[in-house]
Amino acid sequence: MTRKQRRLSFLILGMAVLGGAAALTLNAFQDSLVFFYSPTEVATKSLPQGRAVRIGGLVEQGSIKRGAGEVSFRVTDTAKAVDVVYRGQLPDLFREGQGVVCEGVLGSDGTFRASEVLAKHDENYMPREVVDALKKSGRWQEGEKK
Amino acid sequence: MIPELGLFALALALVVALAQSIVPMIGAARGDAALMEVGRSAAYVQAALIITAFLCLVQSYVVSDFSVAVVANNSHTLKPMLYKVSGTWGNHEGSMVLWVMILALYGLAVAAFGANLPPSFRARVIAVQGMVGAGFLAFILFTSNPFLRLNPAPAEGAGLNPLLQDPGLAFHPPFLYLGYVGFSIAFSFAIAALIEGRVDPAWARWVRPWTLAAWCALTVGIALGSWWAYYELGWGGFWFWDPVENASLMPWIVGTALLHSATVMEKRDALRSWTVLLAITAFAFALLGTFLVRSGVLTSVHSFAVDPARGVFILCLLIAVIGGGFTLYALRAPTLKGGGIFAPISREGALVLNNLFLVTLCAVVFLGTLYPLLLDAINGTKVSVGPPFFRLTFLPIAAPVLIAAAVGPMLAWKRGDLAGALARLKFAAAFALLIAGIAWAAEGGKPLALAGIAIAAWLVGGAVTDLADRILRGGDAWGRMRALPRSAWGTAMAHAGLGIVVAGITASSAWQAEAVRALRPGEAFDLSGYHFAFERVEEAHGPNYTATRGEFAVTRNGRAVARMEPEKRFYPAERQATTEAAIHTTWLADLYVTLGDKSVDGTWPVHAFHNPLVPWIWTGAIFTALGGVVSLTDRRHRVGAPKRSARAAARA
Repeated sequence: MTRKQRRLSFLILGMAVLGGAAALTLNAFQDSLVFFYSPTEVATKSLPQGRAVRIGGLVEQGSIKRGAGEVSFRVTDTAKAVDVVYRGQLPDLFREGQGVVCEGVLGSDGTFRASEVLAKHDENYMPREVVDALKKSGRWQEGEKK
Repeated sequence: MIPELGLFALALALVVALAQSIVPMIGAARGDAALMEVGRSAAYVQAALIITAFLCLVQSYVVSDFSVAVVANNSHTLKPMLYKVSGTWGNHEGSMVLWVMILALYGLAVAAFGANLPPSFRARVIAVQGMVGAGFLAFILFTSNPFLRLNPAPAEGAGLNPLLQDPGLAFHPPFLYLGYVGFSIAFSFAIAALIEGRVDPAWARWVRPWTLAAWCALTVGIALGSWWAYYELGWGGFWFWDPVENASLMPWIVGTALLHSATVMEKRDALRSWTVLLAITAFAFALLGTFLVRSGVLTSVHSFAVDPARGVFILCLLIAVIGGGFTLYALRAPTLKGGGIFAPISREGALVLNNLFLVTLCAVVFLGTLYPLLLDAINGTKVSVGPPFFRLTFLPIAAPVLIAAAVGPMLAWKRGDLAGALARLKFAAAFALLIAGIAWAAEGGKPLALAGIAIAAWLVGGAVTDLADRILRGGDAWGRMRALPRSAWGTAMAHAGLGIVVAGITASSAWQAEAVRALRPGEAFDLSGYHFAFERVEEAHGPNYTATRGEFAVTRNGRAVARMEPEKRFYPAERQATTEAAIHTTWLADLYVTLGDKSVDGTWPVHAFHNPLVPWIWTGAIFTALGGVVSLTDRRHRVGAPKRSARAAARA
């Protein structure tokens, strides 16, 4: 096999692998991208039904209720709030007034059923999406820490 | 006084690094041995200065000198000594000092052990190493001064994030950095070779041990990080496809590709240009990882509260280093043509296939990691790319390369015999089917999981077959075994270790069983044949925390298995709670229990998992890294590369 033929065969193989990967990626993007909404957007926009989305904001003061194996709380961007129900272990940094991101599905009754709740390692850190959500609702001052 | 000494040492190190990046380069261009020698001395001095600075910082932590801002923000007098020391690199400033220290140590190693390199080449490598060092030292001095003083000094420190007060995480960053930064050597070798305009098998032989050492450390670092996430975060998972995890995975994947392509270049003088490109790319991804973690551009569980100036500075460094590297490559790559010819079915062909798939794998992870950033920049849409994306893309691309990994080592260089190799692998194939059958009988038929288990067994079987084949080829098996090069042992161990990892990942993802319960003490529940009796809840005290400890008696068919005591800890200094999962391992599976906060109705939320084969993930990763270490002790690395001909050396 000459150098040229060899190069051609590897080129074809390479294109095939890359093409396959591109197809897989596009397909996966279509199915598994998780969009982010602020509580205001949840109230004003129609969310895709039955599809996992993320919402984020602050855990509203005094809203955490620990029921039997289930926790409910409200996530707010200070303009609007969303009721969230979650079964399972809450992250250690989860507390009232703290920024959180919840992933899950919005029920038809307007309650968000979270499958995952994310708070952050660093208590001074605010998820970027939450900062933007708060900025949109006009309650975020630049330079403000918490 | 000590912190000022540290700061002074860092500033001096920057000056030395600048000299190290310029003088030997001029020396190499002019063929002036004295100027080239300056680089070596500078590398020694720079390393000594940065070690001094690092020790000064450690000292400030050890004696809890709260007049130093980072110590006040990250330490506490009540913290155990191990965490006072490891707290040094548990924050942005300190971890960057660790970063440059490891970089300088690698530079020192080239200066000390690079005696078999041609002088001009070594001078250039040390100069490039100096440039990278100068960039990062400037970054530390101008944006993240670790020795900044506080006046007045607080009486007590704010403490270290309790999640980081853990032995696994104390050693995770040093290993990770040894890996990340180790790729800087491959980068410096590539740049030096491009400047000299000559890349040959001797080059690959020099680069390979450095890359291998870095790769081993990175493997251990990633394994430690994942192990930590598993037992400390209390979610029962070991990998979350978090941007920062991906940031460490990408250089690992490219580094793995580099190891394999460097072998081809060393043995067969093919893939020259490609190997150089991979050497630059591996370090590019290591820097990208640093940027992603340090800039906070991506939402991640690891994000620190950050100062935007730092992100911009690192981005500029990234562009300078990577842009410079790739530009030089683009200019010089056309001169790197040549090398041995081989048939597609051959050891080389298999390694090209390996590289093709690994690079694609890395591209997919890259896309998945940065896509949210890209989309946000384009139209402000916020999305996250999570595990489902990676499951759909990573696994199908990883599977072929894993299957091929058992076949590749059986093929001959230049022209291989695929049918013959497959025939020799019939025992491995039978073993894979047997194991998959056992898994099917034990856990039932999830086709994907069974395929994963079969691939795992195939890899282990293939590695054993490869060794057996080489040893039992003729008489005198013992003699053959002793004569077998260490690199062959290393390859087999690394591939088998990978198989063990695959088994662990597959089994624990596919057959994990969990129970979420709200229990009162005295109640019990069953999970995967185990009976968990929740006996009581107690208060407990640690050195710097108080804990609520649940006690579970675990039995199986009436026989006692273990007592498990998950804790919910509260660290008053940091005003933060952590979950300490209780883990009981049988090596075939882990039992994993966490305790939540008491509910209003007096019940305790209990989350329990049965994770089959999960300890195999870390055991396998360590085994893989050990394979790398064994390969590193191969005779050909100890005796060094053959000297270039006198004429070639004179030309340099």
